[in-house]
Amino acid sequence: MSQPGIPASGGVPTSLQAQNGAASASGSPYTNGPVQNALMSSQVSVSQGYNSQLSGSYPHPIPAKTLNPVSEQPNYGDSQTVSPLSNYQGPGRTINRPPVASNPVTGSLHSGPVPRMPLPTSQNPAATPMPSGSFLRGANIPPPLNWQYNYPSTGSQTNHCPRASSQPTRSGNTNLTSHQYVSSGDPSLQNNFIKSGITSNTNNGSMVVHNSYDEIEGGGFLATPQLTNKNPTMSRSVGYSYPSLPPGYQNTAPPSTAGMPPSSLNYPSGPQAFTQAPFGASHLTASMSGLSLHQEGLRVVNLLQERNMLPSTPLQPPVPNLHEDIQKLNCNPELFRCTLTSIPQTQALLNKAKLPLGLLLHPFKDLVQLPVVTSSTIVRCRSCRTYINPFVSFLDQRRWKCNLCYRVNDVPEEFMYNPLTRVYGEPHRRPEVQNATIEFMAPSEYMLRPPQPPVYLFVFDVSHNAVETGYLNSVCQSLLDNLDLLPGNTRTKIGFITFDSTIHFYSLQEGLSQPQMLIVSDIEDVFIPMPENLLVNLNESKELVQDLLKTLPQMFTKTLETQSALGPALQAAFKLMSPTGGRMTVFQTQLPTLGVGALKPREEPNQRSSAKEIHLTPSTDFYKKLALDCSGQQVAVDLFLLSGQYSDLASLGCISRYSAGSVYYYPSYHHQHNPVQVQKLQKELQRYLTRKIGFEAVMRIRCTKGLSIHTFHGNFFVRSTDLLSLPNVNPDAGYAVQMSVEESLTDTQLVSFQSALLYTSSKGERRIRVHTLCLPVVSTLNEVFLGADVQAISGLLANMAVDRSVTASLSDARDALVNAVIDSLSAYRSSVLSNQQPGLMVPFSLRLFPLFVLALLKQKSFQTGTNARLDERIFAMCQVKNQPLVYLMLTTHPSLYRVDNLSDEGALNINDRTIPQPPLLQLSVEKLSRDGAFLMDAGSVLMLWVGKNCGQNFLSQVLGVQNYALIPQTMTDLPELDTPESARTIAFISWLRDQRPFFPILYVIRDESPMKANFLQNMVEDRTESALSYYEFLLHIQQQVNK
Amino acid sequence: MHQNYGFRLFKVDHNSRHAAPRRRGRRAPVSWDQGLSGRVGVRQPVLRKKRRRRRRRRRRMEVVVFVFSLLDCCALIFLSVYFIITLSDLECDYINARSCCSKLNKWVIPELIGHAIVTVLMLISLHWFIFLLNLPVATWNIYRFIMVPSGNMGVFDPTEIHNRGQLKSHMKEAMIKLGFHLLCFFMYLYSMILALIND
Repeated sequence: MSQPGIPASGGVPTSLQAQNGAASASGSPYTNGPVQNALMSSQVSVSQGYNSQLSGSYPHPIPAKTLNPVSEQPNYGDSQTVSPLSNYQGPGRTINRPPVASNPVTGSLHSGPVPRMPLPTSQNPAATPMPSGSFLRGANIPPPLNWQYNYPSTGSQTNHCPRASSQPTRSGNTNLTSHQYVSSGDPSLQNNFIKSGITSNTNNGSMVVHNSYDEIEGGGFLATPQLTNKNPTMSRSVGYSYPSLPPGYQNTAPPSTAGMPPSSLNYPSGPQAFTQAPFGASHLTASMSGLSLHQEGLRVVNLLQERNMLPSTPLQPPVPNLHEDIQKLNCNPELFRCTLTSIPQTQALLNKAKLPLGLLLHPFKDLVQLPVVTSSTIVRCRSCRTYINPFVSFLDQRRWKCNLCYRVNDVPEEFMYNPLTRVYGEPHRRPEVQNATIEFMAPSEYMLRPPQPPVYLFVFDVSHNAVETGYLNSVCQSLLDNLDLLPGNTRTKIGFITFDSTIHFYSLQEGLSQPQMLIVSDIEDVFIPMPENLLVNLNESKELVQDLLKTLPQMFTKTLETQSALGPALQAAFKLMSPTGGRMTVFQTQLPTLGVGALKPREEPNQRSSAKEIHLTPSTDFYKKLALDCSGQQVAVDLFLLSGQYSDLASLGCISRYSAGSVYYYPSYHHQHNPVQVQKLQKELQRYLTRKIGFEAVMRIRCTKGLSIHTFHGNFFVRSTDLLSLPNVNPDAGYAVQMSVEESLTDTQLVSFQSALLYTSSKGERRIRVHTLCLPVVSTLNEVFLGADVQAISGLLANMAVDRSVTASLSDARDALVNAVIDSLSAYRSSVLSNQQPGLMVPFSLRLFPLFVLALLKQKSFQTGTNARLDERIFAMCQVKNQPLVYLMLTTHPSLYRVDNLSDEGALNINDRTIPQPPLLQLSVEKLSRDGAFLMDAGSVLMLWVGKNCGQNFLSQVLGVQNYALIPQTMTDLPELDTPESARTIAFISWLRDQRPFFPILYVIRDESPMKANFLQNMVEDRTESALSYYEFLLHIQQQVNK
Repeated sequence: MHQNYGFRLFKVDHNSRHAAPRRRGRRAPVSWDQGLSGRVGVRQPVLRKKRRRRRRRRRRMEVVVFVFSLLDCCALIFLSVYFIITLSDLECDYINARSCCSKLNKWVIPELIGHAIVTVLMLISLHWFIFLLNLPVATWNIYRFIMVPSGNMGVFDPTEIHNRGQLKSHMKEAMIKLGFHLLCFFMYLYSMILALIND
């Protein structure tokens, strides 16, 4: 449940110290909302048994019915101020941490104008360093400040590094927007929640509601009316509530996850925001369903009868069935997600479930707020080297037990002192133990060499073909514009190489009047003409660099050289960079034809549509070898392929894949003929150049003894069993791993996963970003199914299918995808369902599984029967491997909204802007109508399809044209008109854009537009010539399952 | 017990080194020898001499074959052990995937050739049983080598080795080969000793 926003507003002010503080702060309306609180406490009273149990234990399932009695008890109103934690205090030896002086904090929160997040403050990095020691928790700092800076503020004292906050902000307006988003997000949620409370007629609930409602109102938020309507029809609610939880718990669960930010993380950037945001509403439903309809999660769905399974708000990840105290500390699912939120006890059980077990990570995601710890000793387990994390247990003040290998470790002396509270002897309240996501400033033991400077090398293809496309103009222009925004410091180095059949170097020595070009024509044995002055300090030679960028596009306009010696150019670039490491950005427009690494065209256009005999494997190992050399020297290669013809991306892509770079592909790029691609390149380049970057990184993923990782997906090189070598790490890269249960986990109830990413920031600091995820272990198949995370499963399956299509064949991969659905559903049918009903019975958690798999089958990577170019298919596969889950899901199953009748009903209110929240539609043409306009959000593109008979109102008020025929053929912007409709549409679209770090381009599509095919291709529920419709697919599965 | 595994299973060849000594002790079979001596009695001693010489040469060859196989087998055993050690080093993180794979890939072809030579040798020297025993392993070696995808850096690919349990399967394979070579080693040793004794 991505609701990171919550802590932001509520928990944060309490600052990291009080993780529990955050919990206790839940008394305040801003965090978890009073209702939950009441429920929580009630729950506690109901099932005391488990309070006293320690970390490991989690509550036994309580039948749904009990919930109501509990919530109906009148007394709970009072309990809202009581922090739930206090209930747990007694036994809390292990994970429970006594609530500390968090109360004052909450007080301050209340009084402050909290909900309104002052954007400017938080945005401004300069504000970072706070006077050391002056910081009294919660007392004098306005919440917004804390929000962003609480860490640093304590910093000087504790050595917490102030920079933390400044860093995320670097990515400019993205953050800003996300900020807004976050802040706005949760209030609405609460509202919803409150509403639900009212509707559900719990006495105390309503009382509570009043209270908090006022407060919220005071904070300037509007309650969302829309929800009330929904309440009665709760039977259809989307809630993801976890059935086996005790009632009260359930309620709180979704918010708390969201709130997991107790760790005070706000996730500004796109994807999660994406899932998260709309959900204010869904949350409501979720919590409501938790309130009164436990059954929903337990329900078995007959997909053949209930067709409309797609929730009207974006799907949220399921909440692990954990004790709420633990769950609150858990890592945000946007960063770290497991396909099964309940880990099966044994491999046999896992095999029985036929669901893949794996993790999906987005470890370097831009975070608005990230606690950063600077301390001389980083506390780690002595045997498995796990970083201390919120899920370790403290045996006593001096010893802690590792949650991964169960070794008992000593608490070092320094760790006894808590710099935030300035109390000695509270190791369990240190930020390291209060945050599942944390960043350490690494001391010198973590460096093999002094941190490298940021080094950027650009390699341009300047052959005739390249000049023809005219890409140099836009790239050089983007570079010029963003030269000052390149992440770096005074040590930043930059260099340029161009190549056609020869390699050209540019000497940018300080003092030269103009850049000097050096040509090396010996491509058999490449050498560097002059070792220094080719990579120069950006600050010192900025003028020369600008000179070069201005002249470069004109220099080759008359070239007749058609050959491309990419291989030798890459070798030269590698030689140039190998002493330092850094980032190499390669622009290529055709198949390399000269020297080492020359490739031959392999695509046979006639066989494009058949699933057989296509070349998905690289044709040479040159690029792979070079990539591994690069990886060894900490060089990452990012490939921009702008090519009209086949360029063998399968081979070329290896250079990025194994050096942890990224691939961008612009088919048929041309500066005049294809303005859409030009715009796309500019936007993506802008993001690419300015986004955060980590150099010479390694990532290690550890998991509790008994689990082991056996396969890795993503762009990197697996250097040793669990060590991923990432010469560069960027915030837009996602990773996935598959796991198996090696030893039975019967004697443990919780398992943890920890990913630690060690990198050098562009400021030259060595940092370690640690994420820890904790999940329960279950012993029955039913629980495994209930905890399945359908999005994560689909994402992991997509990764596995890419591997399969490369090692075996595309049709194998497609079969494997279908079999994955069939196997798991028949396992469910045969082992879990007691009575064999007709129809296709699926657990509620997997109700979208067939749909997502069908969407995968129709995705560009795996589709058959269309004339997809080989390069495009391979690019789509690269994207599957390299994208974070949220974007992957958006590209496979885009969101469709109807936008011609947007209203303020149910709208979010962010910073005085009203953002309408239209419901999600199924991806079927039947949902489209000629008299409407529909927006499809496919992650990296937005498509606005305007029907032929679309209302005049929409045309004139939003598109600013008089009639349908006047809509331009290529329209990528909406005019800002002074009408409420236009304002709403633009607000909605910009809100969607704000949620992601890059800038999705909007295409306005009318009937004759060439883009229409793309739009319709995404209608995955419909039948195409070569693929089944959703219903047919379900029938097929049913047939197989019932066999 | 016959040391010549393949031979007796398929046909009784009187030229074989087993048959020869026995026949000598028994006196030559009547019908065959008689008929022969009756027809070309004069040439008998020459023929016997020649045959004996041939036999002796064959026996000497046999010794050479098995001594060579034994040495080859020793080398293969060492190679398997080396594979196992290197792979387990990788498993324990003592070396990185890249150096491990480049080390191992270097020895894939020598291993393949070494094994193929023994196999062919057994075929030539008509030791059918040993040949058939070796054949599947040799075929597997060749198949594995041929089936390496064009983009991979060899049988052991550093980028793949940690995926899909490849490391484990390589390890298993190396173990099985070690066992196989050990078995072969003792077989060759036995055969060699027998051949020496018979000589």
